[in-house]
Amino acid sequence: MDSIQLMDHGHGKHEITAVSTDPNFSGYLHNNFLSIVPEKSGILLKRNKCKNELGDEFSATCQAMDGLQLVNGLECKIPCNSSKTIGAALGIQSRKERTRINPAIEMALTHRSSNLLKPLSAAVLRRTFSTDTITVETSVPFTGHNCSPPPRTVETTPAELMSFFRDMATMRRMEIAADSLYKAKLIRGFCHLYDGQEAVAIGMEAAITSKDCIITAYRDHCLFLARGGTLVETFAELMGRKDGCSKGKGGSMHFYKKESGFYGGHGIVGAQVPLGCGLAFAQKYSKEEHVTFAMYGDGAANQGQLFEALNMAALWDLPAILVCENNHLVLQMEWGRRNGEQRKSYAYYKRGDYVPGLKVDGMDAFAVKQACKFAKEHALKNGPIGSPVERESSPKGCRRKWPKWGNHCWVARDGCRPSKEVVEVGTSLVGLPEVGQVDGGLPEWRPKKWVWPEEVVELLRWWPILEMDTYRYHGHSMSDPGSTYRKRDEVTGVRQERDPLERIRKLILSHDLATEKELKDTEKEIRKEVDEAIAKAKESPMPDPSELFNNVYVKGFGVEVFGADRKEVKSVLP
Amino acid sequence: MERDARVCVIGEDVGHYGGSYKVTKDLANKYGDLRVLDTPIAENSFTGMAIGAAMTGLRPIIEGMNMGFLLLAFNQISNNCGMLHYTSGGQFTIPVVIRGPGGVGRQLGAEHSQRLESYFQSIPGIQMVACSTPYNAKGLMKAAIRSENPVILFEHVLLYNLKERIPDEEYVLNLEEAEMVRPGEHITILTYSRMRYHVMQAAKTLVNKGYDPEVIDIRSLKPFDLHTIGNSVKKTHRVLIVEECMRTGGIGASLTTAINENFHDYLDAPVVCLSSQDVPTPYAGTLEEWTVVQPTQIVTAVEQLCH
Repeated sequence: MDSIQLMDHGHGKHEITAVSTDPNFSGYLHNNFLSIVPEKSGILLKRNKCKNELGDEFSATCQAMDGLQLVNGLECKIPCNSSKTIGAALGIQSRKERTRINPAIEMALTHRSSNLLKPLSAAVLRRTFSTDTITVETSVPFTGHNCSPPPRTVETTPAELMSFFRDMATMRRMEIAADSLYKAKLIRGFCHLYDGQEAVAIGMEAAITSKDCIITAYRDHCLFLARGGTLVETFAELMGRKDGCSKGKGGSMHFYKKESGFYGGHGIVGAQVPLGCGLAFAQKYSKEEHVTFAMYGDGAANQGQLFEALNMAALWDLPAILVCENNHLVLQMEWGRRNGEQRKSYAYYKRGDYVPGLKVDGMDAFAVKQACKFAKEHALKNGPIGSPVERESSPKGCRRKWPKWGNHCWVARDGCRPSKEVVEVGTSLVGLPEVGQVDGGLPEWRPKKWVWPEEVVELLRWWPILEMDTYRYHGHSMSDPGSTYRKRDEVTGVRQERDPLERIRKLILSHDLATEKELKDTEKEIRKEVDEAIAKAKESPMPDPSELFNNVYVKGFGVEVFGADRKEVKSVLP
Repeated sequence: MERDARVCVIGEDVGHYGGSYKVTKDLANKYGDLRVLDTPIAENSFTGMAIGAAMTGLRPIIEGMNMGFLLLAFNQISNNCGMLHYTSGGQFTIPVVIRGPGGVGRQLGAEHSQRLESYFQSIPGIQMVACSTPYNAKGLMKAAIRSENPVILFEHVLLYNLKERIPDEEYVLNLEEAEMVRPGEHITILTYSRMRYHVMQAAKTLVNKGYDPEVIDIRSLKPFDLHTIGNSVKKTHRVLIVEECMRTGGIGASLTTAINENFHDYLDAPVVCLSSQDVPTPYAGTLEEWTVVQPTQIVTAVEQLCH
């Protein structure tokens, strides 16, 4: 029997040491399984790696390492010819760690003369997960407004499940730690906690790329983490230290990460939604195929600027997806209570009227992922319809050119009413009637508004409003205990029934991807990580007094000054 | 806009109509609807939108149809435009230009005759400039567009019809520099925007009466060009500020404080500030005239100061 004996369990560790290997297995390993390249670091499982020709080195290596399972109680003994092995198991790592270790994922097995047993990284032996898809059904079906909702079944992989768990547990732990830090007066001012709502952050992040933008309000700690922020940066910023993501000058409500498309972090309720439309405008302006998720809460849903922004986004077909995180609580008021009635209509996803909407269970990370994917894909696929891209400056009238981006465009037939026919961009429009006038009459200098037939309305706008039905456990902010306007039973009830972390945990256990103990160990490890991050952040110094005046203006006004004779450049301002 | 593809104009009626004062005439024909964007009447949101776009690298120019409407966008201008560079630790720059006509026109009524310089001047992180001549306007606009900071460019409703010969070559003015309009010896008159013309009119009278006023158009409302102003104060020892802003908390008030703090030793007389009355601008023509500083009042003030 082949066997490798490990020194310890290796949960949550990147490396574990092997003690001994059965010589038969060793022989098998060297002769049949491993291919050791003498001249330089070889690639473990080269044979398997070669099978996966497609994709880059990394994914080929990952796939080659898939299928290796460590079952509790298995004793394996394996000779290792190198001590320079890197632990980078695929299963339980979070995304950021994965990307960090990515270049080093090759197993280095240098050719050694000795056949002595050496520690082998657990990367090979650690629980790695197959890329088999697991089909998960969302807790409740989606409800659509002016659009047909996506299916309930979501496909995922074990690796993704584990990463969801890990990331969510990190977020949960971080928020709880922030709570205690606030009570210890290390965090002052405002601190709005996100625990209970992590599924929204995780699900959204899983559905998009880092080129897509996210902008949100002040409950931004977890979204910052999801977008690639580190724990140290988070805690340092919360405590106002120099190493924070905004150099300590922003605080809890001003987390930003430009490189990964996280635009904050805004204190004034609702003000971020027009900004989000601006981000979408820039994406459309530069013809990028990316979207912006502008997030706001159910409290902000009553702000006028939201409707203004929605109108403009719909008018110009900006790829802005408005996401309402409906946690049913507005500041310190809850709907249904006498003093707390905030809105006439609870159906936030319908508030867009002509804009399609989708109601999503925000406590289910897979529902969120599905919804965001649906929103993004549909948003980019079905391009804008009917809006003039160029205007020919003919005084006699305007000939509309149909949009050049997107895959499809509407073509006008029978007079000037658009038909339901959809053609590929690039199809010659020769022979088709020109458009430019409605209801007869002389063509005008400015084209009149189109009258869309009813059945076309549902396909008009594809940037739906997503309403995430979620819940927060903490109060609105740290000054609010969260118990004056709701019963403790309510909170515990939600925790038991709908907690996003528990849902993932149950999924993992039911699919046998990890044991209860392993998950607990992961959580312990995360707790340790968070504590370490806090310690590191505490060591970080306060910002320098000179930082007070930095970044008020951009250094380098970038202006050239011309001389008095208006001809030569006098200077370039520093 | 020709030089840099990232520059775009956002505002009401800027596109097809060419702008309510024809500032953006024909630009939509040349650059298309996306670069010269007609917005619905939603100042708060389209200002926010422009700021959001600026965060990613575009350089929008926001036009308020009348400066007074930008009060609706105050939240975006103050909190996002001014502060984002700071609160993000330098990650984002907001290179927007916010411009529009302001000031008292010809019987436009109270709400359309507002001077917003005083409201915006406290916002940290923004720059303010006021143009007064076609030469100024072009140079300052170019500088504002090229600047990495958010700039608010104050134009005046009554100055759009001015004609002047300006050089064909490209020129860019310094955003923080004041302009010496008329060098003199007896008194420094600091002014900006439309009041410059009232001052120049008064200057003619003053010259006939034997005075030699030095007239400086301060142009840069935030930050003040204390270099030019200081040199002038050191020369003349008397300062008169003539502005269209309100008396309370206006640009003149800040400028008075700045001069007193920095150049107190050089002053022979207290700084006198002539500003508009603290009233909503009335509709009636005569009343409107009395809210704003007139050349005769300037002459009287100079005579009093110089004795």
